[in-house]
Amino acid sequence: MKPRGARELPGWADWALLPALNLVLALLIAAAVVALVGESPLQAFRLMARGAFGSQEGIGYTLFYTTDFLFTGLAVAVAFHAGHFNIGGEGQAYVGGLGISLAALHLGHWPFWIFLPTAIAAGALFGAAWAAIPAWLQARRGSHIVITTIMMNFLASALMTYLLVNVLIAPGQQSPESAPFPRGALMPSARALLGDVGLHFTSTPLNLSFLIALGACALVWLLLWRTKWGFALRVAGASPGAAAYAGISPGAATIWAMLISGALAGCVGLNELLGSQHNLILDFVGGAGFVGIAVALMGRNHPLGILAAALLFGALYQGGSELSFDMPHVNRDLVVAIQGLVVLLCGALEGLLRAPLAALFARFGNRDRAPAGD
Amino acid sequence: MKRRARLCLFLAALLAFITGARAAAIQPAVVYDFGGKYDRSFNQSASEGMERFKKETGISYREFEITNAAQREQAMEHLARHGATLIIAVGFTQASAVERVARRHPNVKFTLIDAVVDLPNVQSIVFREQESSFLCGMLAAMASKTGKVGFIGGMDIPLIRKFAMGYAAGVHYVNPKDQVFENMIGTTPAAWGDPTRGADLAKSQFGRGADVVFHAAGASGLGVLQAAQDAGLLGIGCDSNQDYLHPGHVLTSAIKRVDVAVYRSCMDALKGDWKAGHEVLGLKEGGVDFSLDKDNRALITPAMLKRVEQARADIIAGRLKVPEYPGS
Repeated sequence: MKPRGARELPGWADWALLPALNLVLALLIAAAVVALVGESPLQAFRLMARGAFGSQEGIGYTLFYTTDFLFTGLAVAVAFHAGHFNIGGEGQAYVGGLGISLAALHLGHWPFWIFLPTAIAAGALFGAAWAAIPAWLQARRGSHIVITTIMMNFLASALMTYLLVNVLIAPGQQSPESAPFPRGALMPSARALLGDVGLHFTSTPLNLSFLIALGACALVWLLLWRTKWGFALRVAGASPGAAAYAGISPGAATIWAMLISGALAGCVGLNELLGSQHNLILDFVGGAGFVGIAVALMGRNHPLGILAAALLFGALYQGGSELSFDMPHVNRDLVVAIQGLVVLLCGALEGLLRAPLAALFARFGNRDRAPAGD
Repeated sequence: MKRRARLCLFLAALLAFITGARAAAIQPAVVYDFGGKYDRSFNQSASEGMERFKKETGISYREFEITNAAQREQAMEHLARHGATLIIAVGFTQASAVERVARRHPNVKFTLIDAVVDLPNVQSIVFREQESSFLCGMLAAMASKTGKVGFIGGMDIPLIRKFAMGYAAGVHYVNPKDQVFENMIGTTPAAWGDPTRGADLAKSQFGRGADVVFHAAGASGLGVLQAAQDAGLLGIGCDSNQDYLHPGHVLTSAIKRVDVAVYRSCMDALKGDWKAGHEVLGLKEGGVDFSLDKDNRALITPAMLKRVEQARADIIAGRLKVPEYPGS
């Protein structure tokens, strides 16, 4: 689903130039903000870049955050192709984490390679179940999915707080956290995996889930563009009327798209819980569900674009923490503001430069060149 | 030539002195929780303790405010690797991160506030919040004209239930028939930073007839106290002394001396007296208390004060048992 007017831009400009220009604009405004608090913007960007990619530790954390955003970005994209805006990634990921934790706590003694598919299935199932309710409400009752998924986020956190405080809390402790997962249920870290093939990598939370997320990218691409089912889903999203005429049920497409979307979001727990926290904690999703919306928008709802956008946001997260370590005047609120500017310009205001750019291309561009990339 | 040699010797001695002195000094660092260091409550109290230490000793410290769960471990790991010798983790949610980082850095000292981790290089400090809440509950019941008082917590978690139980017990100790309304701000960590919701809940409790409302909700509590002033009724502050925020409308504050705990931990580390282990600070140890100063003296009559002081003495002597949330 491209916004109207996309036809006026050549494909490469729509997919690469426009996001790049938006990013530059966001960083320019961010630079002005950094200068306002009395720090050097150049120095700040250098610190962020070095923090995100300048060391093994930085790369590890950047890719760790990227993994979360891949899952949630793909989740938003699949729903988007069916014409729906799934804002409930946060809650679906949270409840998916419950499924993963229950699997880890009860089945963690299984051999890892049998446990792993079970854990993925548990996370996907719980996430999909949480998405099924708004999906059904949309398909059969016409309740708008934007509203219902937001409400489901609050219900998810209420449910999880209740369960963690009253049911899953490890006995004899104050903090609402589950007991630690058994050792056998933990995701192998990048350090361990690379160590097996003789490469040294420093200790970071980066783990096998990153590869699972990349696999999910490939699967989503296959599903959407290489299966009849994916075609039906995209038709239903582009034009429900045409879909119904062609014998595709828009309601069924909505439900299936939301189930897949919830299942993808539900996998965040693989990375955060099995990979990093090693027990179930409050609010482990930490906003990744919402960042997924910006990632999907910026990545044009295509797995490759989502990969690039998730990497960018991963770098912003990791570079941002590094920035607040090293610049005393840059506190965490300023880092959030910088990330917010990127979300605002690349996500919400991404049409801002589209019209001027299209006018520019219309005037100077090669007019007989056919638009590519559709 | 001889002079140059002497100069070299002097410089070498100076260098040895400086590095020696540096090795002896400590490098403290603090990791705040979601509320942030300016929450005028729990985290800010820790920050005040650090500032006091810095002012008195001239030793500067590093600090970090987290924005997501993975950053807890990342921040502590970063600080431990970059030369921090004492890392103070503020808040119960930091427990598992402290446990993991402390295992990897056995030579770095960790002080954990509000939770317990049993490791040879971790000092765990928890407070008996139920004791100060009990005294605040007594004051609330004695100040209330309607026989109805309120409690507004941040999230429904064990720590906040500790406050709520102590408070209700204090109210009922004075007037067994008094009603206590209880509300929580929310279910996500945003609950600690939502003054608007705090004010809404306080207004609804006032609407149901409460005339004193106690908050244990971090920065959200600022809205509770504001609503109390707007309604011309009374609020009770939490963690830091908040009486000065709205003089005449904050009955008292349930103080938790996080600042003292943090300051003492740094001082002990400096003097070499820092010990790992488990510390519980209640009324007896001066770890918790209710506030009494120029801003609220007019609100607390001598009779009220006498009664609450008696209860304090009884609690300290063990004659009066304050109910405790299991697991603490």
